[in-house]
Amino acid sequence: MSFKSYCFKKSLWLFHFGGASCNNCDIEILDCLTPKYDVERFGMVLVGSVRHADVLLVNGSINKKDKPRLLEIYEQASKPVVVVAIGACGCTGGIFAEGNTFAGPVDKIIPVDAYIPGCPPKPEAILAGIVKLLGKI
Amino acid sequence: MGTYLFYFLIYPGFLFAAVIGAFLSWFDRKITAGVQFRKGPPLLQPFYDFFKLLLVKETILPARGAKGLFLAAPIFAVFGATMAGVFILLPLMNITTGFQGDLIVIFYLLTIPSLSYVMGALASGNPLAAVGGSREMKLIMSYELTFLLVMAGVIIKSGQSINLYQIIQVQQAGTPFIGSLSGVLLFIVAIFCLQAKLAMVPFDMPEAETEICGGIFIEYSGTPYAMIKLSKYMSLFILPAFIVAILMKGFTLEGINILWAVLKLVAVVLLLTLIRNTNPRVKIKQAIRFFFIWMNLLAVIAIVLAIFGL
Repeated sequence: MSFKSYCFKKSLWLFHFGGASCNNCDIEILDCLTPKYDVERFGMVLVGSVRHADVLLVNGSINKKDKPRLLEIYEQASKPVVVVAIGACGCTGGIFAEGNTFAGPVDKIIPVDAYIPGCPPKPEAILAGIVKLLGKI
Repeated sequence: MGTYLFYFLIYPGFLFAAVIGAFLSWFDRKITAGVQFRKGPPLLQPFYDFFKLLLVKETILPARGAKGLFLAAPIFAVFGATMAGVFILLPLMNITTGFQGDLIVIFYLLTIPSLSYVMGALASGNPLAAVGGSREMKLIMSYELTFLLVMAGVIIKSGQSINLYQIIQVQQAGTPFIGSLSGVLLFIVAIFCLQAKLAMVPFDMPEAETEICGGIFIEYSGTPYAMIKLSKYMSLFILPAFIVAILMKGFTLEGINILWAVLKLVAVVLLLTLIRNTNPRVKIKQAIRFFFIWMNLLAVIAIVLAIFGL
């Protein structure tokens, strides 16, 4: 493994995009930053600006209002950026998949590198997904 | 010429300050994690962050902004931090004796990183960066006078000397300045000035991730952001080293005294980290009032006490 990709793996900065979410996945993502799970062990921190982000966490169903915003956020991120779809709504659309305002699951809009299903996924599941993602980069 | 380049680039300038500063930054994050009952990042985390930003990430330039100034500002910041580091560390490490009046030069050079962050923020053309830039300007205006008063107190206590080497020598011949009442007051004021200069939490409103999304650094990515991180690491080393030099007797680098020097530096950083972890962010108005009224009052009292030899 080269030095560059090693450094990238050891220092992933997270940016959280919440679509039309019921807030359950948002809370479970925040749980990963709490003392019990503490993702800063792996060098991950939550950043405020998408320009600094290496990982784009997307959760919630993406409706027609969210779609252009998600696209713009993705274009503003400095590459390489890894996209993780979290929760049933992010992965497939979940119970909103046949709704009027639904604009497609996340992977129809931007390329997705990892899916973490669940409604909501437990923090352990999110950590397991992150570990699998680290093996993939 | 070669000696000066060595001083500037390797020891005690750029490379030395950057490496020590990166380790102090790790110490800061680890203590923060400890205060919050977390485990914290690994030892080399600041280096991973820096090299990731430098080598891996793409640099994005703002479409509506002054691109040249946007890219030049982080380089100014690193340059200012390096120059201030050289002038502080040469007398502190007992390498050369500095020159007459270098305290004033250090004071100006220490302002350059904050000023260049403001320039870069205003050049990026982002409204949130403009908000952050205006807050940083107000913060600079509020703490610079206080910092100057601290240095005035130190100059009076050292017997009208404006040479950093002489100030350290005066302390090493007698007692350190922090051992007197006015010295304790000056130390308290200086710690709060450092907190504002480093933009740590009670005074981190220029960055304020939760309200203005990173503020002055919002548009930075890739290599320029790596430079900003570097200047932050260096500031985290040279500013506590400066306080150790002017108030806490400086370093003596022989035998067991090296451990004592490291402990003094780490103690100052620990104090800054604990203040950062036990306080909420204040509003810019409150910060200005805090410095203009309370800290200036404390510094003036310390100066009066110093004139009477207390």
